[in-house]
Amino acid sequence: MGMSALRIADLVFRWPRQAENCLEIPLLELAAGERVFLHGPSGSGKSSLLGLLGGVAVPQAGAIELLGTSITQLGGRARDRFRADHIGFLFQQFNLLPWLSALDNVLLPCTFSSRRRDRAGPSPRAEAERLLGHLDLAPATWHEPAGELSVGQQQRVAAARALIGRPEILIADEPTSALDAERQQIFIDLLLQESAAVGATLVFVSHDRRLAGHFDRIVALDDINRVTRELAA
Amino acid sequence: MKAVLRLAALSAWSRRLTLGLTLIAIALAVTLLLAVERIRVDARQSFTQAVSGVDLVVGARTGGVQLMLHAVFHAGTASNNITWDSYRAIATHPAVDWALPLSLGDSHRGFAVLGTSADYFAHFRHGDKEELRFRDGKAFTGVFEAVLGSEVARGLGYRLGDAITLSHGLVERGAEHGDKPFRVTGILAPTGTPVDRTVHVSLESITALHLDWVGGAPLPGVTIPAEFVAKFDLRPKEITAALVGLKQRSDVFRMQRFINQYRGEALLAVMPGVALDELWQSVAMVERTLLAISALVVLVGLAGLAATLLAGLNERRRELAILRALGAGPGQIFVMLTAEGALVTAAGAALGLILLTLGSGLAAPWLLERFGIVLATRLPGSQELALIGAVITTGLLASLVPGWRAWRMSLADGLTPRN
Repeated sequence: MGMSALRIADLVFRWPRQAENCLEIPLLELAAGERVFLHGPSGSGKSSLLGLLGGVAVPQAGAIELLGTSITQLGGRARDRFRADHIGFLFQQFNLLPWLSALDNVLLPCTFSSRRRDRAGPSPRAEAERLLGHLDLAPATWHEPAGELSVGQQQRVAAARALIGRPEILIADEPTSALDAERQQIFIDLLLQESAAVGATLVFVSHDRRLAGHFDRIVALDDINRVTRELAA
Repeated sequence: MKAVLRLAALSAWSRRLTLGLTLIAIALAVTLLLAVERIRVDARQSFTQAVSGVDLVVGARTGGVQLMLHAVFHAGTASNNITWDSYRAIATHPAVDWALPLSLGDSHRGFAVLGTSADYFAHFRHGDKEELRFRDGKAFTGVFEAVLGSEVARGLGYRLGDAITLSHGLVERGAEHGDKPFRVTGILAPTGTPVDRTVHVSLESITALHLDWVGGAPLPGVTIPAEFVAKFDLRPKEITAALVGLKQRSDVFRMQRFINQYRGEALLAVMPGVALDELWQSVAMVERTLLAISALVVLVGLAGLAATLLAGLNERRRELAILRALGAGPGQIFVMLTAEGALVTAAGAALGLILLTLGSGLAAPWLLERFGIVLATRLPGSQELALIGAVITTGLLASLVPGWRAWRMSLADGLTPRN
């Protein structure tokens, strides 16, 4: 087993101005290259965990290590840089800038991270076009404003954006909830295939357990988060 | 940082309708502010440039400002005339170097007609002690000869030798002195002063015009044809005002006292600088009020900008969260929002300046005609630049509010906006 991609230990988190803890996670460890289905119904602290992994929220206690770096010990600006350099995000919906073309949306990570730009090869633009083509998006749509694409097309543009520059970690938050059942499975297979191709650790978050079929491992947030368990009891 | 600003610009462009309206409001407010300032400066400049080297302006007793406005700017009406004898007493006073009689009251198609002596062209100074120059021809020598200011000649298309007829009174459609046409003997070079808008004739011509008139109307049944006027005594009996130059400036108070205490009739002598100061003092309050009102209008425009940005922020929460997820720091989000506001303010100020330039080009002839104010088309002066700088600074400060709010939001929201 190689170096762990993600390691959470003794984590405690609550949002500012809230009395109750939202997350208490004693341990969670993911291996590099692992493709994990993280199951969590709404209200289980999913968004909070993603915020912590992304480094936009800071825990009250505990450690979060990504790729061997303890991001809880980084300053705000360094956390933002770490996120831009190493993590690709894929969200539920509306995750493109509607006024930017599909191609420019894909290129956005390269404007915020020189590492992602360098890893995208000699021409990030050509790499973006390659990814869009690979995700079955017709070249005619590349220069359309993202807001004018169909939901399915938008989702594939978002996937290309998460993949560009080969980030080590891919975090997908309910990325298929806007798609119909048939398209959901196609999209998930595409995502699994692409993350394997770039060698990324994939964290796929969803409330829908039926989608878990093709993943290496399934983790239920309720099982690892003590707060929810205590509330449920 | 360049990439962030480019994104800010593209994002702003996607909301161009709302921001465009805000921008227009700011532009109009800036136009108003700069117009008030420019008219203020140019009015002073025009008035100050209009007369130079004159030590005293003399007229019948009235307000100093009123006398000055009438004698130099041909605005308003004189309450009374002064007699030729009084004028001679002043003109021949040992302290006086030269005196120019002025007789106003007639007009030619909206332009004032000034009866004076031929010395006028030798002694009158404007701007920085500049003399009057003839562009064409020469001064009048006899009756029914006229020298035109440059605007009169240009505006009405007159050339040397043309015949013009004068009207009685300053209204354009007054009773015509149509039976006694004048010949144009000279056209003056432009001065940027009321001289440009004046028809100059001799005092004798003025007397000749009114030989068959009494009390402001033609004598019924009496007409004296132009060829017979030479048989009459054309020496003026009355004039409107006089400009006086002294041999030594130090005599000015002594001379002023002599005129103000003149026993023959009630006279008033004012120093042009003092009268203008008095004028500025009386309009300073109005100027300050106008400037304050236009500054308030600008503030309203900028408050509108801040409100527009703040209102748009809720709809843009998703956009900001996406940028955060892609690696934008809260600082960059702050810069994006603030830059957008600053950009709109700067564009508004630039558009305001363009509107001012266009507007002043359109309004300049009217201001010149109605108020004798020369509105120059020029680059913004230091005072105007300071105002523009203040507007942009205030706009930047106003944009800090949405910037700060977006910064707070992006910290509190994490990657998924919560409403």
